[in-house]
Amino acid sequence: MSNSKDIRAEEILIAAIAEMLDGLPHIAVGASSPVPGAAAMLARARHPERTRVSVLGSEKNNFFTDGGKELFDCAGQGRIDAFFLGGAQIDGQANINLVSVGDPDRPKVRFPGSFGSAYMYFTVPRVILFRLEHTPRTLVEKVDFISAPGTSEPNVYRPGGPYALITDRCLFSFDREKGRFRLASVHPGHTVEEIREQTGFDYDEPAEVPDTPLPDAETLAAIRGPVAEQLAEIYPAFAAEVFGLGKAA
Amino acid sequence: MDAIRLDIEGLAARVPDGAKIALPPDYSYCAMALVRAIIARGVKDLHIIGVPALGFQADQLIGAGCVATVETAAVTLGEFGLAPRFGAAVKSASIRMLDGTCPAIHAGLQAAEKGVPFMPLRGVIGSDLERRRDDWIVADNPFAENDPILMVKAIQPDFAVFHAPLADRFGNVWVGVRRELMLMAHAAKSSLVTAEKIVDGNLLDDPVRAAGTIPGLYVGALAEAENGAWPLGIPGGYDADAAELARYVEMARTEEGFADYMAGKSKEAAE
Repeated sequence: MSNSKDIRAEEILIAAIAEMLDGLPHIAVGASSPVPGAAAMLARARHPERTRVSVLGSEKNNFFTDGGKELFDCAGQGRIDAFFLGGAQIDGQANINLVSVGDPDRPKVRFPGSFGSAYMYFTVPRVILFRLEHTPRTLVEKVDFISAPGTSEPNVYRPGGPYALITDRCLFSFDREKGRFRLASVHPGHTVEEIREQTGFDYDEPAEVPDTPLPDAETLAAIRGPVAEQLAEIYPAFAAEVFGLGKAA
Repeated sequence: MDAIRLDIEGLAARVPDGAKIALPPDYSYCAMALVRAIIARGVKDLHIIGVPALGFQADQLIGAGCVATVETAAVTLGEFGLAPRFGAAVKSASIRMLDGTCPAIHAGLQAAEKGVPFMPLRGVIGSDLERRRDDWIVADNPFAENDPILMVKAIQPDFAVFHAPLADRFGNVWVGVRRELMLMAHAAKSSLVTAEKIVDGNLLDDPVRAAGTIPGLYVGALAEAENGAWPLGIPGGYDADAAELARYVEMARTEEGFADYMAGKSKEAAE
């Protein structure tokens, strides 16, 4: 059994996300997502014959040749099985806000914008929400602007949607029938009480909440070896900070 | 037929006040030298369209007061953070913001490419993006019962403005896998293009290269601009100048700092 002192928080997240991607044929990763990117690469390392990974902005991990639209056309056809979305705010119905806080015409804070979220959230079956700041400021009761809704009316075409939300404190699963999150596991070093206190929305909680498992030795070796090397091409700063790696030649 | 060859200032002079121009994101081929020349001309009231997102070009055009409307899925400076002049302009409501989503922008351009009034698109329904856009309509799928679908109005820019690694004297422009530039060129009334190098031969003669080449038919005018994307990079060419981009972000935090930065750039260009 690994010792939690030697394992970085990022490595626990990478392993936990990779579990949710296991065996999927095509995982796509958007821009600026080193942890989900590493998780996708770990999933590919486990099933190299079965799993493809497309990382936007990567030259080596991107096989699209038909311009920016190809990812979205692929998603529309059901050729993408998992994708990641963040949110400046995420609420209890899994609505995400990537636009602004306050009145969108006179915002207090303005973020970059919605990117492809309003589409990928509807078309990709397994969307994993990823947010490293787990506070009442980011996980809110109701988002100020809906970049993409978590749930839709039954007559709206929607093979895709939220599957889970992973933060720096815990993992929630999303129940699409109930339109609610459920606490699935708490990362080592954090508590169920702390999660309740730091979450701005209500969610379901089982009587016993497991700890998020630590990656085993084989997983750690894969993360620190081939995954870290592949990651350095796209996220050199992250690979240097977390794994002490220089940019791959 | 030979292409119209101009210098950068000549190319910039073709952009009138109020023009609707399509621009690529930072990771594609951005005509930064041309954007600086447009700013130096003091063009006003531009409607800029991110295909599908915007970065440094937009932040500089907005900061310089050239822009009335921003239509895009996002404005981001990537690892350099939030776009400071864009953020300030949205907060003070000095620009009209048309927030979109990447595939809707592609779809709107595809409608213009085909010469049809709109393009249907899945998703988006129930978002605040959809509620706030009067050029997007949720309508019934005419081929199925009880199946609402989004109709995105065609987007026809006056100009597609971009850079390329290579062009020829006939105005054929090689963009390789960056085919969103091809979509922009097809959808726009005309394209204004800078290229690292303009060669005498015909790029369409080689079928391998022709597949990634925009025909001169779509290109209004062309200028040679070595390092034309600087301080951004071009895929397969040169890397972005990270120190210069960091310097921009630092200076552009304030209106005064931004003005100083841009004054320095026009002084450098004059020398």
